[in-house]
Amino acid sequence: MAEEAQQTPAAVKPTDDEAFKKELVQLIPHLRAFARTLCGDPAAADDLAQDAMMKAWDARASFQMGTNMKAWTFMILRNQFYSEKRRSWRQSQLDQEAAERTLVAVDDPEAPVALDELRQGLAMLPPEQREALILVGAGGFAYEEAAEICDCAVGTVKSRVSRARRALHAILEEGAYDRDGAAAGDAMRSILADAERLSTVR
Amino acid sequence: MIEPMPSQDPRKSSAALDEARLRQQAIGVRLRQMFDEVVNEQVPDEFLEILKRADERSSGGN
Repeated sequence: MAEEAQQTPAAVKPTDDEAFKKELVQLIPHLRAFARTLCGDPAAADDLAQDAMMKAWDARASFQMGTNMKAWTFMILRNQFYSEKRRSWRQSQLDQEAAERTLVAVDDPEAPVALDELRQGLAMLPPEQREALILVGAGGFAYEEAAEICDCAVGTVKSRVSRARRALHAILEEGAYDRDGAAAGDAMRSILADAERLSTVR
Repeated sequence: MIEPMPSQDPRKSSAALDEARLRQQAIGVRLRQMFDEVVNEQVPDEFLEILKRADERSSGGN
């Protein structure tokens, strides 16, 4: 009887599954955040994060416990995103145009715009630069890990991140300038003020 | 009275470089904040329900 029980895979490795699940659950918030930066739209992002979570769960047998599950799940999510994206590339073009329109349309000078502008600025970056910057600059991944997730060379990640930083900087400056004739750098100043506040909190 | 600002060229030196560095840092802080904002959101129940159902399917025999 005991031998019979051992023959079903679930019975053989219940603790592994349990450990895997526990770690996966802890990664859900990060998967949602990464998906949000890729998709923009929160509902679409959650769909993507759920798909990635389930793909990771289904592939759990191929994951080696103790290795970097965060990078592994991010890679799954990213692959999922691009395989869908290939089918709807036109959609992303439209998203970008919408982002540009929004950037000009923001007209309440008192609104806490800095974060929105950062989002819109990100949306205007080429996707490969955006994801590299997000992974390294926000996700806390090392260049090497980001390279693994993006399936490219470490040097490529480094140059994408640095180009993204420069482009974002330029977009934020010009965005503020275009808005309503306000002095160039208003958005930047607002970001700086917030950053200062935030860094004192840390 | 107030003179239009002439060219800022004379100041485009180390001060400008420092400022650029500061701005890059500020963007970095904001970027992390944007990401963490979502990380700190409560995870919709749907996620855990889907995972729980999948787990039950795989461990419930069959």
